[in-house]
Amino acid sequence: MANMHTNTAEVSLFTLFGAVLKRDLLLSFRNKSDLVNPLIFFVMVATLFPLGVSPQPNFLSEVAPGVVWVAALLATLLSLDSLFRSDYEDGTLEQVILSPQPLMVVCFAKVVGHWMTTGLPLTLLSPLIGLMLFLPAEGMFGLLSSLLIGTFTLSLVGAIGAGLTVGLKRGGVLISLVVLPLYIPVLIFGSGVVEAAAMGIPYDGFLAIMGAMLALGCVLAPVAISAAVKISVSG
Amino acid sequence: MESLLKVVDLFCERDERILFDKLSFDVNSGQLLQVVGPNGSGKTTLLRILSGLSSYYEGDLFWKSKPIADQREDFATSLLYFGHQPGVKGALTPEENLRWYCAIHPAMDDRNLAQALEKVGLAGYEDVPCHSLSAGQNRRVSLARLYMTHAPLWILDEPFTAIDKQGVAEKEALLAQHVEQGGSVILTTHHDLSNSGPITRLNLEEYMGT
Repeated sequence: MANMHTNTAEVSLFTLFGAVLKRDLLLSFRNKSDLVNPLIFFVMVATLFPLGVSPQPNFLSEVAPGVVWVAALLATLLSLDSLFRSDYEDGTLEQVILSPQPLMVVCFAKVVGHWMTTGLPLTLLSPLIGLMLFLPAEGMFGLLSSLLIGTFTLSLVGAIGAGLTVGLKRGGVLISLVVLPLYIPVLIFGSGVVEAAAMGIPYDGFLAIMGAMLALGCVLAPVAISAAVKISVSG
Repeated sequence: MESLLKVVDLFCERDERILFDKLSFDVNSGQLLQVVGPNGSGKTTLLRILSGLSSYYEGDLFWKSKPIADQREDFATSLLYFGHQPGVKGALTPEENLRWYCAIHPAMDDRNLAQALEKVGLAGYEDVPCHSLSAGQNRRVSLARLYMTHAPLWILDEPFTAIDKQGVAEKEALLAQHVEQGGSVILTTHHDLSNSGPITRLNLEEYMGT
């Protein structure tokens, strides 16, 4: 009996984190539509907005911070449903829950993977959209930094909603309802950073608050996500 | 002999229908327990409760004579669970799927990965994405975990679905070998299990409530 129960390889948390992250990135690169969908949505909203409202540069540069941020927020929201969905449907999530590893670490790694495939590309694409909407050049750094911090917070908070709704057949609408109220502070401070940067006012204070939200999210969200996932799977 | 897993007065109700009531049994090391019963009698529910996936039950579960909730980690390390869904990612190859399991489970050993794939008849398919394999082959990928694990307790839910005759015979031999070496198996299957050595049967119909 004893020889059957030897822990041959004690899996360290970093190895676990790395393995989950690597697998999720590999999966999204093999399944390109998941990777490209949010980006296309982001670009589409930003492109259609001037056509629908007004192409005046003065007007556009004024609303650009809000438009870019709302588009990024909705693009993130759209991609959330798939975060746990396929793992839930093929039984991988059961196996993860039953493994002796802390579920929190696995969930956090999945969120980081989600951010790297949605939030990060959105951030990198945003200067182009900013340029298209006549955002003043001084605002670019504010845009980049606020999205870089903000989209990660969005992924963390959104994963709680995704975890709660993964057991439902159609969770898409419900995710929005659960998550949107929590997204509003991030949106307000995020577009605040860009506006302040565009006007040349110091925006460190806004960024600091966003950083605080991110720090709080990193600590608390994994606990909530793993609890949510557990509830969904046991149901 | 100290029992490995002890179930006392288990009660489970689903949709106002009692699946089982006052269900008590022991699983010792070296025992193969087959849970039988008609469709809908709660076989899968029972296995999900035993594995710790579901907590919708009343009663007590003991692992090595201590309550299971107090030693979740030790129990999880000693458990291999095979569920209805094989837990195989279509976009990954069999080898990548199994390596991932080795990464998340300390009782899995990736040193005999190639050998395990050969045993389940998937040698030569290492680099083929699982979505282009058949349903049976996908389940074989997941069954390859049985050849790689050190976990003493196996909980298998319909492991032989979509597996061909020869494959079933090989898996039965594997179960017999595992039990002989002191491991325990709890499984549900509609196969006869004629080649697996001594079997204890648990018929859920006898515990069915109203």
